[in-house]
Amino acid sequence: MTTVEERLLPSAEPIQLIDQHGVPHDHPQYGLPSEQTLVDGYAQLVKGRRINDQAGALVRQGRLAVYPSSHGQEACQVAATMVLRDQDWLFPTYRDTVSIISRGVDPIETLTLLRGDWHSGYDPYQRNVAPQATPLATQLIHAVGVAHAARLKGEDTVVMALCGDGATSEGDFHEALNFAAVFKAPVVFFIQNNEYAISVPLARQTVAPSLAHKGIGYGVPGERADGNDLAGLLAVLGQAVDKARAGEGPQLIEAHTYRVQAHTNADDATRYRNDAEVAPWLERDPLKRLEAFLVERGLLGESLKKQVVAAADEAAEALRVGLMEEVQPDPAELFDHLYAEKTPQLKEQAAFLQDELAREEA
Amino acid sequence: MTATTLVKLTMAQALNQALRDAMKADETVLMFGEDVGALGGVFRITDGLTAEFGEDRCFDTPLAESGIVGMAVGLAMNGMRPVVEMQFDAFGYPAFEQVVSHVAKMRNRTRGRVTLPMVIRMPYAGGIGGVEHHCDSSESYYAHTPGLTVVAPATVADAYTLLRKAIEHPDPVIFMEPKKLYWAKEEVDLSVEQPGIGTAVVRREGRDATLIAYGPTVPIALEAAEVAAADGRQLQVVDLRSIVPFDDETVCAAVRSTGRAVVVAEASGFASVSSEIVARVTERCFHSLAAPIRRVTGFDIPYPPPKLERHQLPGVDRILDAVDDLQWEDS
Ligand SMILES: Cc1ncc(C[n+]2csc(CCOP(=O)(O)OP(=O)(O)O)c2C)c(N)n1
Repeated sequence: MTTVEERLLPSAEPIQLIDQHGVPHDHPQYGLPSEQTLVDGYAQLVKGRRINDQAGALVRQGRLAVYPSSHGQEACQVAATMVLRDQDWLFPTYRDTVSIISRGVDPIETLTLLRGDWHSGYDPYQRNVAPQATPLATQLIHAVGVAHAARLKGEDTVVMALCGDGATSEGDFHEALNFAAVFKAPVVFFIQNNEYAISVPLARQTVAPSLAHKGIGYGVPGERADGNDLAGLLAVLGQAVDKARAGEGPQLIEAHTYRVQAHTNADDATRYRNDAEVAPWLERDPLKRLEAFLVERGLLGESLKKQVVAAADEAAEALRVGLMEEVQPDPAELFDHLYAEKTPQLKEQAAFLQDELAREEA
Repeated sequence: MTATTLVKLTMAQALNQALRDAMKADETVLMFGEDVGALGGVFRITDGLTAEFGEDRCFDTPLAESGIVGMAVGLAMNGMRPVVEMQFDAFGYPAFEQVVSHVAKMRNRTRGRVTLPMVIRMPYAGGIGGVEHHCDSSESYYAHTPGLTVVAPATVADAYTLLRKAIEHPDPVIFMEPKKLYWAKEEVDLSVEQPGIGTAVVRREGRDATLIAYGPTVPIALEAAEVAAADGRQLQVVDLRSIVPFDDETVCAAVRSTGRAVVVAEASGFASVSSEIVARVTERCFHSLAAPIRRVTGFDIPYPPPKLERHQLPGVDRILDAVDDLQWEDS
């Protein structure tokens, strides 16, 4: 018999299967993912990094309104979707561009929000990816609803719900965990703890031993992983998804990572932290360690590496070209999507704007 | 020449100065919220306050707006004067329950025994190219809630005075800061007392029609008046400054003096502060009006994405078109 604590509390240290030098370590509970999975994952990490950095450059060129980068968090981004099946759902935030793209959503459609064209650019049903949520933690409860509906319909669906460390302070985070637990909804709550909520460090969010510990109060098992170790993340998230799918109810996973860049391009991180704090995290980079591991195992030769880099470059170039194109959304659309049927008032206002635009043209 | 204490300040700097002076004047004044400490707020309104007054006086909280406002209620109940920041208009919504059910009602439900001298500062409205949830004009929700005082400065001098007065106010104040005016610079003399909460002012005299504006639309109304003057039409501009209490006297006197009025507001028009203004001015000034009062407001749609936001914002042309519609005898 396991005790409640054994069942619900996370392990003493974040699960790590490959350390920052690329050295693998055995773990009694979690096995190393297959070699092919790790090679595929590596390719996705490289692509994710290129997308992050390309998007950052595009902000500087005025092509995106803003970009909250997941630079340094790519292992979390990629693992979150690699463990999902087609029928599963992803509930992302503003920072999860890479995750959405790795789920298979069109990159340009993904960046519609941050480009300033529309509030959400992709069809959520196409790849089962909810619109990115900006109001913190609010989407976590929707994830519970989607998961519960799947259960009611007898579908074999798991929902991956993402949020940051800061978001765990919002009431909605706690309501979502509790609802999920009470309804035994197949949700994996995945916290990317990057140590900061804009300028506010984790110590100002909580004095709990870890964010994964928060599950026990709701009867939700918590686990934590090294957020820069793709292998560990795949093992931990994979097991959580399996448990949720098997009917064991919601799971809470905390990835311990770090926001190596500012909150967004609009933020000035020098006001609240120094380079000395950031430096060790650069050494823990998720790409470096997986690369070292794969090279050491003879799984990543020069030609494969070239292929991976070329594919990432191609993705970044497609992003650049796509976003260089000047798109001007049609103002008439402002009135089109509020109701199934436009109200008489909206029709009047749409006509007003059309008339105004026609006069501007003339 | 008398000695002058004129200084060139942005609205953001004036708000910062108001907080600084209020914290100096009264040690029960506390400033807290998200990123208001080391960072100085995402708009730098609280810049340097933690360094000057210490962690107990200006501090970051866990990330939870309901918690921030709820804690302010308790602090105010126990002798403090909390000033809290909602990082952006739309991020004030998680605190809505606290605001509507407690902040607004405490005095009334306790028959005046418990009062809440607190200020909820809120960067609001658009015009900055912000993505969704960063540009809402939410003043009508608050103005509709009995028990709340709602203030919106439009000038640098008013930003200073109104925030000082809001902090000294015996009741909770929702302090709406038009974020696109944060960087507007003016030469001001902060020692000159501006009118208090509940007072509107005439920003520009004019005999032909009255533009009624508040917050972000005041500079646009003034610009429209400037353009109209070049065409020979004299537009008066009233700056409300205070939405609740509403200065019926100043607004109605202004409208009576011209007989024509246009209300200019950025928020969607339906069931809004602008509709309230039209209703009450019409009730009071009907016989002085030469034409129905017109409104220039945002459309009844969610605030648009950056590339489309200009269509939502009241501009000079829309204002002048509305003025043209006021049934002029000579046209
Ligand atoms: C309800 C709400 N309040 C405030 C904000 C403003 N805001 C945007 S991101 C952010 C920090 C979030 O930190 P965290 O949850 O740790 O995620 P991260 O950005 O680090 O990925 C804040 C305060 C918001 N988006 N929603």
